[in-house]
Amino acid sequence: MHRARERRNVSKGDYNVSKDNDGASTYPHRLNFYDRPPMSDVTVEEFETSALDRLRVLTEIESSAARNRTWDETKRVIDSLCKKHLPLGPNPPNLKDEQWIRDTERRKDHLSHFVLRLAFCRSEDLRRRFVKAETTLFRIRYETDLVDDRYQFLDSRQLDRTVASEEEKKEYKEDLISLHFSGPEDNTTKELWFKAARFYKVRWTRVPDLVERRSILLKGGWAYVPENAQASIIYDEFETRLVKALEVTNRALPRLDEDTRLLPILENLSKGFVAGVSSEVYDPSNQSNGDIKAEMVDELARQHFPLCMRTLHENLRRDSHLKHFGRLNYGLFLKVLGLSIEEAVVFWRKAFNKMTDDKFNKEHKYNIRHSYGLEGKRANYPAKSCVQLLTCAPSEPGCPYRQYSPENLSSALLQYYSGQGLTSADLPEILGTVKGGHCHVACTRVFEITHGKRVKRGEGMGEGESVTHPNQYAAKSIEMS
Amino acid sequence: MEIDDVDPTSPEVMLTFYRRLYPFKSIFHWLNQDANPTRRFTQREFAFTLPGDIYLRYQSFNSAEDLKKQVCQLNPSRFEIGPVYSARPRDKKTLRPGVLVPIQRELVFDIDMTDYDPVRTCCSGAGICKRCWGFIAAAVHVLDGAIRDNFGYQNLLWVYSGRRGIHLWISDSEALSLTDDHRKALVEFVSMNLGGETGNKRLNIRSKNVPPSIRHAADMLNQKFPDLVLADQECFDGENGSETLLSMLPPDIVSSLRKDWTANPYKSSEDKWEDLKLKAKADKSSVLLRALQDIVLLYTYPRIDAEVSKHRNHLLKAPFCVHPKTGRVCVPVNPDQVEEFDPDTVPTVGQLLKELDAIPKDENSPYEHHADWEKTSLKPYVDLLNQHALRLMEQTKGAKREDDLSW
Repeated sequence: MHRARERRNVSKGDYNVSKDNDGASTYPHRLNFYDRPPMSDVTVEEFETSALDRLRVLTEIESSAARNRTWDETKRVIDSLCKKHLPLGPNPPNLKDEQWIRDTERRKDHLSHFVLRLAFCRSEDLRRRFVKAETTLFRIRYETDLVDDRYQFLDSRQLDRTVASEEEKKEYKEDLISLHFSGPEDNTTKELWFKAARFYKVRWTRVPDLVERRSILLKGGWAYVPENAQASIIYDEFETRLVKALEVTNRALPRLDEDTRLLPILENLSKGFVAGVSSEVYDPSNQSNGDIKAEMVDELARQHFPLCMRTLHENLRRDSHLKHFGRLNYGLFLKVLGLSIEEAVVFWRKAFNKMTDDKFNKEHKYNIRHSYGLEGKRANYPAKSCVQLLTCAPSEPGCPYRQYSPENLSSALLQYYSGQGLTSADLPEILGTVKGGHCHVACTRVFEITHGKRVKRGEGMGEGESVTHPNQYAAKSIEMS
Repeated sequence: MEIDDVDPTSPEVMLTFYRRLYPFKSIFHWLNQDANPTRRFTQREFAFTLPGDIYLRYQSFNSAEDLKKQVCQLNPSRFEIGPVYSARPRDKKTLRPGVLVPIQRELVFDIDMTDYDPVRTCCSGAGICKRCWGFIAAAVHVLDGAIRDNFGYQNLLWVYSGRRGIHLWISDSEALSLTDDHRKALVEFVSMNLGGETGNKRLNIRSKNVPPSIRHAADMLNQKFPDLVLADQECFDGENGSETLLSMLPPDIVSSLRKDWTANPYKSSEDKWEDLKLKAKADKSSVLLRALQDIVLLYTYPRIDAEVSKHRNHLLKAPFCVHPKTGRVCVPVNPDQVEEFDPDTVPTVGQLLKELDAIPKDENSPYEHHADWEKTSLKPYVDLLNQHALRLMEQTKGAKREDDLSW
């Protein structure tokens, strides 16, 4: 889809600013409803970098929701992040030079939006999250827009709304005044205000947020929206259009399958969104003292976790869920690793991404806080040790070296640790140790192999000690990196 | 009426009821809104409750006859109606995951008498009588009016739930297509947080700007309140009643009133309310007046089970099912006559079967099982559903005609 359009429009050599024939800018407004895909040539690199920059912003928007930031906080954080990665300035007063900068910015905004559309249209879940994040971004921009720019933008849109007639206004005068007038109790002021006030009439389904708060008048399914609340109409319009557009893109996507340049990029982008591309760069020097952030867990798991915890992590990512004992074991492990309670709530909230906020708060938040000793009997629970994991019931997620069949164990080891130097040549030895019933020895051997540069065979956790606790394994591994 | 000697839960009774009395055709027309099966029926989920706590979900049928056949075969103690899906629910196992999603659903409401336990005095728990039905009647008036006036929906079907509550099904095409977010917004708009049994009973609407929708409801409820809460339920009689009432009033007037009411322990709820009204008139700040308004709303504003309405995939018992405990049929109720409705006079399955037995057998007719409800006391209720369904079908026809013109 993209490619076809890109080819049709040949305007080589001038892809920084795209202009219509009459020389006017393609992007007269800061805000964009993204009705039309970008029509100019794009390099593959630009295609990817612009999308990654936008993805950073969207991921942070999701994080903000998971961290329960207030709207003002979110706005501040996102605004500063946007300035860094995805700047988008207001219309310059008159300067032709600045117009050029604006157009570059807006072009990037435009392009990155459409690239991410391609990446996120494939599943219902991705679509929903993308729409939510994009709508939030649009809201933030709308609220930070200059008033003049905003009106110009509104005027340029053919929003499907009618102005309530004088007769209607008169009929519902009392209700409208009682709902929206907030001045002194003085009849002349009231009358003047009412005479000047303008109300837009739209179906109530387009302004559900206003309906929910009972802050507008509803008559026969029509909502009478005062001028200052019309942002709700815009947001809804934006959201509805995006939802529809994503579904259309999803249906058109198979035609893109032949393009081997773009698919891997798109694949990568959507993965990044699922895992939450860390907007903060992971720095191994500043953790283990409670400084681990929710976004860093993926990276840590890949490099430093023993098989039991690694398995739980991968299962959590695969299913967006873990069963009770899985949550318990993994949660306590992360706690001891140094994930603070705030970060733990963020981590689990984002991990259970198919769950509604309601369900999460009701069913899981308490348990997470409980495991941190903040609820119930307020005990400081320790993480499970190897002994506990080795002796737990087979139905619970315990030590994989003990619980897995040799075939499953082999494939799990290769899948998770081949990147760190484990080869199939090492397997017979490990499996042999497991067969002899020495699971912790097998686990220690895996540690030695995966840290082969610094640990000699037989050295184990230091001075030949074996693994006795998953946290010991992880801490040692982090320490050595 | 004498006690039913027919066990409503026995399979034989239920089977006869389904075979000879249950109006499958009317249910079909109502859900389908058209004479020929559309996806509103064929992709609709039905769920059966079978003996032994077996719950069978994702059933769907091609026609009313198909549904009847299956119901008679499985003989469920009751069945429920779910949403219209994007494909046939019965193909669920063969579809790719994520393909079967709800797309349409009547907007439904559930009002249950148990939510009124903190304010009713005559019964509690599962009990219901003609007296506490007054609360339901008031709720129906308010909700029916609010939906029609604020949201403009016209096709409302009220159905008695068989024991102590009432359901509302709204079949307007816009209502059918509402998303879960829309439903949530609508429910928040019409419902009020009235607190639980022990919860804080103080309402928070004492601000000057009461939203118009609540104000209209309050006007209506102010007229019902004296009869229902004061004269009939006598909520504030006796010492306990006095304390309940005092606990909801502004603290500065409580002590003088308590002295007065303790001196006259037999003062009725109505007299106490009169005392308050007099005091409110004298009070210039209108704080007391607003407190009284809160009390009226607390006692009579509809208590809606919000979760039922918020999600498209919530299942709700089909009309004309038999309530397994009472044996009463879940019949439609005319909202204009909801005050006269008496749950105790609703036909029970046992009574209906007796009426059937009393019909002289027509030996010449081979089709004895067709529409036998016409000869029983179920008739007026089925007629009510039929009229409703007919209106819906005519609207569908009208809409089709409009579509044709647009070409």
